[in-house]
Formats: sequence, structure tokens, C-alpha cells
Amino acid sequence: MQNIIEINNLTFQYDGDSPNSSAAVEGINLQIEKGSFTVILGHNGSGKSTLAKLLNGLLLPTEGSVSVDGLLTTDEKNIFEIRRKLGMVFQNPDNQIVCTVVEEDVAFGPENLGLEPSEIRKRVDSALETVDMTEYRFAAPDRLSGGQKQRVALAGILAMEPECIVLDEPTAMLDPKGRKEVIETITRLNKEKGITVILITHFMEEAENADRVIVMDSGKITADGSLFDVFSNTGLIVNAGLALPQSVELLSVLKQKGFNVKPGYISPKAAAKEIYRALKGGTL
Amino acid sequence: MLSSFTLGQYYNTTSVIHRLDPRFKLLQLIFIIAFIFVCKNFFALFLMCALVLIAMLLSKVPFRMYLRNLKVILPIVVFTAILNMLYVNQGEVVLFSWWIITVTLDGVLKAAFMVIRILLLILISAVLTYTTTPTELTDAIESLLKPLKFLGLGELVHTLAMMMTISLRFIPTLTDETDKIISAQKARGADLESGNILSKIKALLPILIPLLFSAIRRADDLADAMDCRCYSGGKGRTRMKKLVPGAKDYITTTILIVVFAAVIVVGKVF
Repeated sequence: MQNIIEINNLTFQYDGDSPNSSAAVEGINLQIEKGSFTVILGHNGSGKSTLAKLLNGLLLPTEGSVSVDGLLTTDEKNIFEIRRKLGMVFQNPDNQIVCTVVEEDVAFGPENLGLEPSEIRKRVDSALETVDMTEYRFAAPDRLSGGQKQRVALAGILAMEPECIVLDEPTAMLDPKGRKEVIETITRLNKEKGITVILITHFMEEAENADRVIVMDSGKITADGSLFDVFSNTGLIVNAGLALPQSVELLSVLKQKGFNVKPGYISPKAAAKEIYRALKGGTL
Repeated sequence: MLSSFTLGQYYNTTSVIHRLDPRFKLLQLIFIIAFIFVCKNFFALFLMCALVLIAMLLSKVPFRMYLRNLKVILPIVVFTAILNMLYVNQGEVVLFSWWIITVTLDGVLKAAFMVIRILLLILISAVLTYTTTPTELTDAIESLLKPLKFLGLGELVHTLAMMMTISLRFIPTLTDETDKIISAQKARGADLESGNILSKIKALLPILIPLLFSAIRRADDLADAMDCRCYSGGKGRTRMKKLVPGAKDYITTTILIVVFAAVIVVGKVF
């Protein structure tokens, strides 16, 4: 399958940092397939947000290169095309909504692209429909809940018809209900619309639907593989400064105690099945 | 504490005035204000009174809302009235005289004239703000100032409109934040109410500094988000909603022109 993102030997160091201090992102090689759902996990300061900003040219590489759909981020004239193809949603929903009315905010991106008013209207209506916020289209953003605001922000990106959406801890400031709404919407976008999703988070439970999980620590990729493979290696997750999901932790303790279980199951249901299998297998 | 503070004073209902093109409304307001000053005598002023009253009725905004506006400016009205009565000493009919104070009939009439003028100004401005959302106003201003682009000021106009939009968007957010900071500082034992003015101002510092800090951080985030959505200023940008004037706008404008003509004629004849 074709890759939408190609990262070669990427290193980035913030300007203010002394040359001797370690880089925020160091020596990263990464390809993201079109249509895939990738989760990037890492604790605060692991370089995951910096990596996100490098993807669409908000930050430019100190060394190495990033290209989106074959376009290099370092080339000034590509930048708008890259940002249209690769939309980004940030952590704080309050700080990414520009306008005072929901539908006008969703229109902000397409308006910047210089589209015809009728085309903008069409995209805004369909984006709001997709995130299930049509009934709030005339509302003021500050009257919405966190989850609703984040869905509006997502609609604002969708209206630009991107091929890939990068979400930088989109649920960190939300309550469990808002978190669920947002994750469900993202999953649906990936499965139904075939949009490539890169979800950056430190909530491991959100990796549940991922095709691929990448773990970052100190600016480097320390694990990269399927959900099951990555979570089977519990030591690595703990070393990256992340707390294990409860189900994985339970399975790994069982394994230590001599049960024949594999710890890579993240959802409670899958973990329960694994335990059932192990018990029925009669390994005790 | 701050939650009672509402942005602008838009009164949400549907009326003819609400549905007017905001550009027309804004221009009409400017001309009405100009003509309130053009009025030379009571007859002309009464025409304007009738006009303002009709606008208020058509707006479907309850009168108590308008009265609330008037209450705020009551001191100014009283002050103007007294000043006019005392300063105008012409005319033969002296109503009242004591020490160096003389009040003449002319003075009273002049005072009444000024008071009616001020009241009309406030009421007609309130009609605009009650029936037009801040967003509509911003769009109207941007659209009306568009001709400035021939002077090379197009980007400036766009920037000002964008700044207005962002300010309006962030006022409720920062108001909430201020509330939170005040609670947080109170929880730490900050005393915001007692003391003289100087110590009250000093007590505000622990609120203003975190607020400023957070506002700058928000601005930084917002700039990133706007960059991500391909914002590059006003150039090449289109709008989803185009303001399109309709029959209502032309009809109201025609009525206004007739009234204005009448005001001029009445001012000359009487």
C-alpha cells in the first residue's frame, strides 16, 4: 500500500536549547500507510507533540526530512497543500475554535482555501453531519461541552477534506463521556471514510482500534508494531514511562505467576477471553 | 461573579429589523444619528422621535430592555439638562431667578431639546445592538470598509475584522478563566474586597498576571490552529455567507430618505 507520510532520519532541536542538550526528536524513520489508524504513545516530554508539529510544517526539521503525499515540508510552496492534506486537531478545544458561531468556525478552513460559497456550504453541512453536530450549527462554541467543542474542531478539519488527520492528545482535557464521543468519531472517520488517522495520546485504552502502535520515549521510537505485539512487551511500555492498561497489567501479573497467558490484550473483554482460554486449557 | 456579564446585548427573536442586512442597518443608524443632530426644531425632532419609536416597535424587543439602557445614562441626561438650563440665559420669560442662577423658558426648552436628542441617540443605537449579533456587525464593518482596498488597506481591514472576531470569540473563554483564577486565589486566602482603592488594585495583580499568561499561551495555540487551517490573511480568502441585500433593505432605506427629506423641509419651513 502507498505511504502518505515518509519520515527520513528526522531530528529536531528547539532553538532555545543548548547544542549539547538532547534533541526533542532524534533520528526518526517512519512511514505511515494511507488509510491506516496509527496510535503514538508516549509520556509528557517524549517528543510526540513535537513530532506532530513536524508533520505539517509547523516546525521544520533540523536534520532529515518529512514528506506528506510526496511533498516535502521544507519547501515553502508546498506548505498550504500539505496542511490541506494533513489536518491537525490539538489538545485544548477552546484554543482552536476561531469564530463565534459553530458553522462559521467549520467554514473557516474552506474559506481560507478560497472555495466557492456554495461549495463551502456543502462541505460545512456534511462535516457537521459526520461529527453529529448539525443541531448545534448556530450555537456559540463556549456553550458546548468539551467533547462537542472537540467535534466542532474536528469538523473544521474535515471541511478541508484532508487525507490524513493528526490528533495531538485530543481527549486530554475531556471527561470520559467527551473522550468516548471523540474516539468513536475518529474511529468512524477511519473505517468509513478511509481517512488516515494518527492519534497521539497517553491514554492507552484509546489504542484499542489501532492498526499500529508506536511508542516514543526521549525523542526516539522505542516500539513499533501491532497493538498485540507492542503490549505483549510490557517491560518496554513501563520503561517508556507509561502506565499499563489494567487488563494488560492483570495479564502480565498472571503470566509472572505462571499462567499461560499473553499480556497483549488491551480491552477488558479480550483480556477476559484470554484468561478464560488459559483456564480452560488447564495449564494450572 | 462575572457569569452575569453577557457579551453585547443581542436580543434573540425574529423581527423585520433583525433580518435586515447588517450593512444597511449600520449605515441607516449612522444616518439617523446624523439627522438627529440636523434637527433644528421640535417639529423635526418629533419626526425623528416617531421614526425611532417605530423602529423600537418593529424590533419586537420588550420596552423594559430599552428602559434598562436609559437608566444607565440617566446621570448624563440630568447633568446635560441642568447645564443647558443654567447656561441659556436669553429670552424674556424668566421662570426662576435666585442669586446668580437664572432659568428662562428658552433655557428649559433648549434643555428639553438636548435631552430628547440624547435619548433618541441611545434608543436607536440600542435598536441596532439588540437586533444584530456581534458577528454580523463585524462582517458588516469588514464589508463596508472593503473599498479601502483600493488605497492598499485591504489587508488592514481584514486584519481588524479578524481581530474583532477573535476578541468576541475569546471574551467568554477568558471571563470563565478569570472566574476560576479569582476562586483559586480566594482559596489561597487572597483578600479582594476589603481595603482602599490602592490595596484593591494591588489585590488584582495576582489575578491579572495568570490571566495574561494564559491569554498569551492561548494565542500561541490559536495561531498554530489557524496555520493548520491554511490561514494566510485576507488574500484569496472567500466567505461562506455572502451578505445579500433584499427588498426589506431597500424599502427601509427609501422610507428613511423620505423622513430625512421631511426633517430638512420642516427645519426650514418652521
